Amino acid sequence: MSLHDQDDLALRHAQEERLRAAWEPPRGLFLRWTDTNNNRVGVWYTLTAFGFMLFAGVLALIMRTQLAVPDNDLVSPATFNQLFTLHGSAMMFLFAVPMFEAVSIILLPQLLGARDLPFPRLSAFGYWSFLLGGVFVLGSIFFNVAPDGGWFMYPPFTTRTDLSGLGADIWMLGLSFIEVSSVAAAVELIVGILKFRPPGMRLNLMPLYAWYILVVAVMILFAFPPLIAGDLLFEMERLLGWPFFDASKGGDPLLWQHLFWIFGHPEVYIIFLPSIALFAMLVPTFSQRHLLGYPYIVLAAVGTAFLSFGLWVHHMFATGLPKISLAFFSAASQAVVIPTGVQIFALIATIAAGRVIFSTPMLYATGSLAIFVIGGLTGVMVAIVPFDWQAHDTYFVVAHLHYVLIGGTLLPLIAGLYYYWPLITGKKLSDKLGRTAFWIMFAGANLTFFPMHFSGLLGMPRRVVTYSAELGIGWLNMLSTAGSYVFAAGMLVVVVDLCLSPRRAKAARNPWNAGTLEWLALPEDENWGIRSVPLIETRYPIWDQPDFMRKVDEGRFFLPDAEEGRRETISTTVLDARPLAVVRLGGPSWLPMMTAFALGGVFIFTTYHLYWAALASGFLTLAVTLRWLWTTAEIPEKPLKPIGHGLELPLYISGPQAPGWWAMFITMIADATAFSGLVFGYYFFWTIHPEFPPPWADGPGLGWPMIALAITLAGWVATIMARTMNKRDAALPTRLLLGAAGLLSVLAIPAGLAGPWLSGLDPTAHSYPAIVWTLAIWTVAHSGVGAIAQFYALARSLAGRMTAQYDADIRNVTLYHHFMVFTAIVTWCTLGLFPEVA
Amino acid sequence: MIRKLHSHIGSLQATLWTLIVAPTTWAVHFLFSYLWAAVYCAKTGQFAEEPLVYWVGTGLALLVIAISGYIAVIQSRVPGDPAPHEHSTESDRLRFIAYSTMLLAGLSFIGVIFTAAPVLILEDCR
Repeated sequence: MSLHDQDDLALRHAQEERLRAAWEPPRGLFLRWTDTNNNRVGVWYTLTAFGFMLFAGVLALIMRTQLAVPDNDLVSPATFNQLFTLHGSAMMFLFAVPMFEAVSIILLPQLLGARDLPFPRLSAFGYWSFLLGGVFVLGSIFFNVAPDGGWFMYPPFTTRTDLSGLGADIWMLGLSFIEVSSVAAAVELIVGILKFRPPGMRLNLMPLYAWYILVVAVMILFAFPPLIAGDLLFEMERLLGWPFFDASKGGDPLLWQHLFWIFGHPEVYIIFLPSIALFAMLVPTFSQRHLLGYPYIVLAAVGTAFLSFGLWVHHMFATGLPKISLAFFSAASQAVVIPTGVQIFALIATIAAGRVIFSTPMLYATGSLAIFVIGGLTGVMVAIVPFDWQAHDTYFVVAHLHYVLIGGTLLPLIAGLYYYWPLITGKKLSDKLGRTAFWIMFAGANLTFFPMHFSGLLGMPRRVVTYSAELGIGWLNMLSTAGSYVFAAGMLVVVVDLCLSPRRAKAARNPWNAGTLEWLALPEDENWGIRSVPLIETRYPIWDQPDFMRKVDEGRFFLPDAEEGRRETISTTVLDARPLAVVRLGGPSWLPMMTAFALGGVFIFTTYHLYWAALASGFLTLAVTLRWLWTTAEIPEKPLKPIGHGLELPLYISGPQAPGWWAMFITMIADATAFSGLVFGYYFFWTIHPEFPPPWADGPGLGWPMIALAITLAGWVATIMARTMNKRDAALPTRLLLGAAGLLSVLAIPAGLAGPWLSGLDPTAHSYPAIVWTLAIWTVAHSGVGAIAQFYALARSLAGRMTAQYDADIRNVTLYHHFMVFTAIVTWCTLGLFPEVA
Repeated sequence: MIRKLHSHIGSLQATLWTLIVAPTTWAVHFLFSYLWAAVYCAKTGQFAEEPLVYWVGTGLALLVIAISGYIAVIQSRVPGDPAPHEHSTESDRLRFIAYSTMLLAGLSFIGVIFTAAPVLILEDCR
């Protein structure tokens, strides 16, 4: 096919019909929910997160009503505890993080000129997990069992089952489930950005939104897993009595605080950076010029990401850590101001240098920057240790964090809502209502939160159900309460505006005259994502590449057809976006939803101590996951496919070039991070005890851990040899080696558990045996998964779905085992050798 | 000789991995600082009286960052396509990654100095 073939109108129509058929969404009352296309899943995701936000907002209104006057008794203290815990948890876990993922699922493929993200079914799985987990956690308040320990769930009150009820389990297990879906989304977004850019979109041409999302997704990989590790320890203590955080048995509640805030502080930037990313898209549009300082923005994003991991202890300034430790974290907290400032100056400079159109989204953007800067300045104040000691746990901190979050997340998202609504629905929202809402919310936010600085400095502590009139802060609280209702009224105007949208007429295509790829979307929604995958030469192709829209629409770029009726998109190289392969994407399926519900069962049944049901759910999850996996890495009917302009691309790739390999690599990075959280626990206990392991503990000994290590190493070598044999097309040795490797992985399980078991370590007695057992169980569980992977590869080989040429399965399994062997070396050397040298 | 070195540096690959050398060095230095203080204070009640090791480590970290920045400065000036260097070409991509690397090296350099500064002033574990 040459460029001129596309002059044929009949051909173009035929192509469009084929594309339309391939991307036809499932219809029907139930079947429609099996859809996996990003434009559907992303919208469900966004609406659900928006709904959860409104719910959490109502909780805040009830709290403010309670606090309006001194000595009020509108709600009981127990209910109040549930209200603030659920408000914070929901805003963080059910709104801010999922919202950025949801928006990215909608926008990224459009921004990258891809037809969909690399793993559409994974997005759907993430959505269903999110919905189930969110309803489970939020619903608990209607049964008066909502979590009530604050959004950070500090032990020991929360780990002692006589002092806290089911709520703590609901928080831990419900939100762990949602964290799994967040990590899944991170995998999806990273692979999408690195491997699914259009040809020509080298790293230096990537839309800044993509840069930010790449950085944030990588942050999720390092921030969420420590919390997952913490959740695991926390539930082991609650359900089994393993005393990780119980000081009377050698535990330490501070360990939880470390693990929580290693997650919790980067989390702040995880939800802030995507909002700045929205600005980085809309500010150039309304300034009608390129964004100034592109590399400076990249500096800001990457720099903030790194520095944000050096801030966690600034939430723990009042815990009595050595001053020198506090000083390190104070220094990093000051340093993070530099990249944060740089990106704000880059945006301001762009506005100053452009011909600004002061649209509604722009109003929200500038207004939220003003609010954010106030929060940023109080942030610098609390980053200074002596000031923090005064302000810690007072309403000053409440004021600070709400300024940051409203200015840095909520209002920017509404800017994004007004900006991108035409992209999703084809219709503009009302400028009049939007501006009215903005001014109401802007006034409301300041009226609510500014007085809190003073009530805090005057001594009002956080999380109190009421206060006495003698403190003299009644009027400040009344102002805050009035402000919160004003803010809610503004939000209501936004909701009304959204509800009126279906009655409005369609807007023109690219109504803001933007320059980036996502605005190629047509007002009358086509499901194929993009008509043809363009060749990118500049950062703002719609502005700078002549006839760009027409060429895309007429299919004059790549992959304008779906000859085989399959959903396809182009995968490219990481640095230079050279075309690598045509990737076939998963279509509508029940599997993601079933997997999410089965996995949800594991978490929900465990909450209610229904362990057999949880186990059954676990097996169901495994079965559905394997069924799902079986559909992946399919062998194509032909090796190569033409994509236009004389280019032919393979339909199958494996190893480091393939999206699947990257997904495994990224998932295992997250897994290794969670593991390092547990290892941190072991060495943390070593630092707090004069003698660790305690002298009375004579396990797990040296022998069994070393045997377990040797077996794991042997299994790893066998897996590598199997990969080599497979490459040489020697099927029988491959299968024998895979079988042997699988058996070795199975053997590693009893060998690993034998050490703590035979030496009689009682995990409920002390933190040492508890952490030893945890590390051992973590590692043998990975051996178990490793065995399943090896047997899976064996089955694929036997079924003819894995051959010398089509070897994605064994390469991914080998990659898993590289990480497996790392885990085994660290665990078994720590458990076996460290007691010898300590 | 300098010119030869520069032309060699100009031909080196710049990737997402080289981009993060400097901030990773900051992170390692930061983690080392934190662990060093935490372990010493917990185990001995004081941190090392002669923190020479610490200053050597800090110097090394600064050196790595400086080298990363130096390479980046040279790479960001590799001659090639005309300004504004925002096109889909090999040299524009190289210049962009190099420039960003240089900026990150600057930030990381400041970051390491920030981290190390308290050790000059604070002397015990109180």
